[in-house]
Amino acid sequence: MEALEGLRVVEVGPGTGVAYCGKLLADFGAEVLKVEPPEGDPSRRHGPFPEDLPHPERSGLFLMLNTGKKGVTLRPEGPRGGALLGALLGQAQVLVAGGMPAEVEGWGLVADRLEQTHPSLVACFITPFGMTGAYRDWRATDLTTSAISGVTRRIGSPEREPLKLPLAQSGYQAGVAAACAVLSALLAGDGGGPGQWIDVAEAEVWATVHAGFAVTRYLLAGHLENRSGHRFVNQPYPHTLLPCKDGVVALQCAESRQWQRLLQLIGDPEWGREPRYQDRLRNNREYADELDERLAPWLRERTREEIFVLCRERDIPCGPVRTVAEVLDDPHLAERGFFFEADHPEAGRLRYPGPVCRLSETPGRVRRAPLLGEHNEEIYCGRLGLGRDELPALRRAGVI
Amino acid sequence: MAAGNGRGPLAGIRVIDFGWVWAGGIPGQLLADLGAEVIKVESLKRLDYMRQGRPLKGTRPDPEQNPWFHALNRNKLSVTLNLAHPAGVELARRLILKGDVVIENFTPGFMKRIGLDYPSLQREKPDLVMLSMSGTGQFGPLAGIRSYATIIAALSGMDSLVGYPGERVLGMQQPYADANAGIHAVFAILVALHHRRRTGRGQFIDLAQIETGVGVMGEALMETLMTKRVPGTQGNDYPGFAPHGHYPCQGDDAWVAIAVRSDEEWGALCRALDAEALLADPRFESAPDRWRHRRELDRALGEWTRRLTPYEVTVRLQQAGVAAAPILGPAELLADPHFRARGTFVEVEHPVLGTEVIYGAAWRMSRTPVGVRRHAPLLGEHNQEVFGRLLGLSLEEIHQLAQEEVIV
Repeated sequence: MEALEGLRVVEVGPGTGVAYCGKLLADFGAEVLKVEPPEGDPSRRHGPFPEDLPHPERSGLFLMLNTGKKGVTLRPEGPRGGALLGALLGQAQVLVAGGMPAEVEGWGLVADRLEQTHPSLVACFITPFGMTGAYRDWRATDLTTSAISGVTRRIGSPEREPLKLPLAQSGYQAGVAAACAVLSALLAGDGGGPGQWIDVAEAEVWATVHAGFAVTRYLLAGHLENRSGHRFVNQPYPHTLLPCKDGVVALQCAESRQWQRLLQLIGDPEWGREPRYQDRLRNNREYADELDERLAPWLRERTREEIFVLCRERDIPCGPVRTVAEVLDDPHLAERGFFFEADHPEAGRLRYPGPVCRLSETPGRVRRAPLLGEHNEEIYCGRLGLGRDELPALRRAGVI
Repeated sequence: MAAGNGRGPLAGIRVIDFGWVWAGGIPGQLLADLGAEVIKVESLKRLDYMRQGRPLKGTRPDPEQNPWFHALNRNKLSVTLNLAHPAGVELARRLILKGDVVIENFTPGFMKRIGLDYPSLQREKPDLVMLSMSGTGQFGPLAGIRSYATIIAALSGMDSLVGYPGERVLGMQQPYADANAGIHAVFAILVALHHRRRTGRGQFIDLAQIETGVGVMGEALMETLMTKRVPGTQGNDYPGFAPHGHYPCQGDDAWVAIAVRSDEEWGALCRALDAEALLADPRFESAPDRWRHRRELDRALGEWTRRLTPYEVTVRLQQAGVAAAPILGPAELLADPHFRARGTFVEVEHPVLGTEVIYGAAWRMSRTPVGVRRHAPLLGEHNQEVFGRLLGLSLEEIHQLAQEEVIV
């Protein structure tokens, strides 16, 4: 038995956050029904595509974010579409909806109204800035929600423009936060409910879970954690990424004995005992460039893997900066059985990242994403009781 | 919707939390924000790294003065147990048997060494949910390596994408891999609690931070699998779209983020900034033109944005329907009207440092309240209450055990 078997979730709206939330629930056995507009979710047009040939059933982003779901098409605007969506929600315990707040409300998904029409539904809204507040209706992308919430300011070189985190991290973080809130609401033993609504703002997940600590540190201790190129600020040296023979390695000696072991490893150089290098916080602040230079010759003669092995033997925290291709071939992840393979009728056999946490009794699994409208008949006829002869008219009217 | 009793959604769930440092503290924090009773098990003999640091008041080292610890450990209760002492381990075991969930992020193998591994605990308590969180997991060739967030960001491939396009890898300069793992850990625990509710059985969760890291890089993995291309440093680019990036503004290190997704938005942006010259420039006419000339476009647009503050650019562009936002640091986050209106940051009274501003909950829920209920605990603040209430120890016994360096 899968952990979330029997849990029915309806997922509506574009964006990585909604899709990732649904995927997490689906990979652990929930029945997640992805409601797409008749032209398909925008991520079907995003790619990457095999051989760079766009095809709505072969977009890597869509395939990866929608594993294990069922798919129906539906245009929720308008009375017919709205009624069908209402009927789907009538058979679900959870709604996960996302997009711009006004857009979501335009589909009839208004928190107060759902309380009346679907009193036992857990309705989770994932939006850039939340359903309330001054910027509720601001246009947004991953770039802008990260920018405003404190994470971006920390990345990049001090004299140049800040950098964003790679890929659509706002969506991933809001998605997993939403999944946590949904499962918590379902567990609530407060004697009420189970229905209620949940407001997840991408910008707020960033500002609390990821950047919140910097606010408290700044206020109380005056630490400003600004971007500083390839090293961390306010940390003992080394806490940095340095070039070596075949790429870059991360070195982080949080403890002084780790730094001493690193010095031993590179041949116990005399400069390591110089009085000016004995305060490692100061080293990071004032002497980091010259220390980088002192480490450079040893690093340049060795590959990432050689350095990684030497450091591991001596319990020195070090990590090779792996490329995406190397991650896919990582023997450690292979032995842990992290990647899953799944066949897809249009995209063929592909590898996917597996469930991100290993549960001993209910490990979860990755099954392929649905084709566009693949489950229309099963859901609309089998579940909602529409006649098969009603589907063509709905299709012609652009509802499904 | 039926009204409840005003408690958080996870009220009634008890978490015995051995998680420490930053990554290990996050799952307990989020569960406590959701209403769980989280008992932090710590020790003066092995002081949580997050309690250390320079004192803000006075000059003597004080485990009660690290603001980062205070934010991370709000809502938790604290008991002290010396796990190097057999009697400390025995009390920890008894405490676990009174709980629903155990969290730990010691070096893999430590819990087994002291006899608190999952198989031993499960024999006594079959419905126990236990999360072991580590950099590389409990098994596999890299299990047990010393791994902080920076090391995980490197090993998971995420760092390889961070840098100016085509230039050296810089890495993400923040413990993203920790917070990402911590919030996924909460998800895993909640999945296990759902399973337990239906079957009465607990389970063990082996969370490897490297796997949660790889899990949020899906589109990059798919690109390599589908096209054989290996993505490098990405900068702020979003293929096919320009302008898309961070632009200088009036002020010290002041920047605005702008993302244009269509020709209509490009026209609206130029008009909103009174930059008719940009609109007329043939290099920037269509989306493919702008993408091809994106570096020139970035420079040209920067000349217009630098005449205004980040908020001024943002308001003008938002009024024109273009996605834009100021890049904020900690001080500006606190002052921002949106975060103020939502109560993203809250005040809490701490017995040693006084009024503190810390971040609130990551969500809003309409019926079951979530958020900050109390300040971070003092070291061992709840020894009497927890050992008395849950284990039936008397005051005298607790004092005796403290003298024997068990409760310490």
